[in-house]
Amino acid sequence: MDKVDLDSPHSMGTTIIGVTYNGGVVLGADSRTSTGVYVANRASDKITKLTDNVYICRSGSAADSQVLSDYVRYFLHQHTIQLDQPATVKVAANLARLLSYNNKDMLQTGLIVGGWSKHEGGKIFGIPLGGTIIEQPFAIGGSGSSYLYGFFDQAWKDGMTKEEAEALVVKAVSLAIARDGASGGVVRTVTIDKDGPERKFYPGDKLQLWHEEMEPQNSLLDIWGGATAASPEPMRE
Amino acid sequence: MEDTNSKNSLLVDDIQRTQYPYVTGTSVIGIKYKDGILIAADMGGWRSAGQMVWWCVLMKLGGCDVVGCGLVEGDVVGGGNGCGVVALVGSYGSTLRYKSVERLKAIGKHSLLGASGEISDFQELLRYLDDLTLQDNMWDDGNSLGPKEVHSYLTRVMYNRRNKFNPLWNSLVLGGVKNGEKYLGTVNMIGVHYQDNHVATGFGNHLAVPILRDEWKEDLSFEDGVRLLEKCMRVLLYRDRSAVNKLQIAKITEGDVSISPPYSLKTFWDFEAFKNPTASAEGSW
Repeated sequence: MDKVDLDSPHSMGTTIIGVTYNGGVVLGADSRTSTGVYVANRASDKITKLTDNVYICRSGSAADSQVLSDYVRYFLHQHTIQLDQPATVKVAANLARLLSYNNKDMLQTGLIVGGWSKHEGGKIFGIPLGGTIIEQPFAIGGSGSSYLYGFFDQAWKDGMTKEEAEALVVKAVSLAIARDGASGGVVRTVTIDKDGPERKFYPGDKLQLWHEEMEPQNSLLDIWGGATAASPEPMRE
Repeated sequence: MEDTNSKNSLLVDDIQRTQYPYVTGTSVIGIKYKDGILIAADMGGWRSAGQMVWWCVLMKLGGCDVVGCGLVEGDVVGGGNGCGVVALVGSYGSTLRYKSVERLKAIGKHSLLGASGEISDFQELLRYLDDLTLQDNMWDDGNSLGPKEVHSYLTRVMYNRRNKFNPLWNSLVLGGVKNGEKYLGTVNMIGVHYQDNHVATGFGNHLAVPILRDEWKEDLSFEDGVRLLEKCMRVLLYRDRSAVNKLQIAKITEGDVSISPPYSLKTFWDFEAFKNPTASAEGSW
């Protein structure tokens, strides 16, 4: 009997996405946190608030990303007080990069920082392992993102509307969940524009079905009906 | 009084300092021409999937991909050439993560820096250089750092980091013109540095430099220089797995440092020899 390691560190396998659109950004993520093979939390929230107008998507080590975003929130708060106006997305992203780069030996977390500010409009910054910072019109991260490079190459276009961007993000996370064992659960999105953030929630069972996935049923009994009801032939050789 | 807590060996240490690259750029090529310097680099940022064996000997850089060698991460290995720490083990594939990474940046009024290797370390170097140029401006003495000085500074930074077993994982090309004098130099993560009429990093050393040795000459025109660089970049595109068909060429002259917008090169595949290469030997490649 194979030994299952239940003491592995909490890691968010994850799929995280950030997309800019005409007027703001949409951030999206799955909700699975695993400890080795066990799903420690099937409804985690990987999109974390840094300020009212800037959010961060976390992937990799749950602990590392949590403590890093706590530090960034702390510094940003002070920065906002000093500035007497909301922080820009660029500053938030650079704070995250600083921590990520200077502790690259110890940390294992990939981040996407996204938000809206008066000076910049909607902005997305990717901060992968190692602490590189890179501004992008859209960013994908986490283990599930491997399955999305081709998808985005084809489906992404500039100047989308809010609805198009949200639909794209939900579709992408959902596709990644279908293929990545380390991603699953619900799809969460946070849309940020000049009016602030808006959270949306897409439960796993309400997502579009993909290849070889089947419509969920309550029970076999519903498909076969009763003993007398007309029912499909039972499977046989 | 003896400090019983201090550890003598640099290698047996709590803190793992030798790193490994996460997001990397490939070759940079630079040449001198009539009016100044031309430097080319593509815009790819690659991340290795899985892990790679980096048996990094910092006295003499070596790498090996030996599968099944029994080495695990953290092993201290020693040999005739020096010693190092095994960083990661195993190797399979890589992802072109970023297709618009700017690997050429102007430094001050007279120089341009191109980098291959870990992008986050390059970004950090740019910050150091920002500080350097700021301090230089603040002297307000009419003098400004030339390419020779910047290259010297970079060399010191790279070599000193290497001595502390905490390198900036880059190979750099620094070119510029000041007071009519053209300068083109290179420095890498172990501190090896030199100047020449043409330099290249990474794969460029093996594929581009031989072409340049053959075809470079004094006082190339701008057009000839660009064509020569494009010839090298095209070869790299064919033969370097990490090369990406989106590049920029930078031009540095006495009064001006400018970087071209990104563009792509044509490639040529329509050869008879390519059409049916295994016709006479099925199964071969």
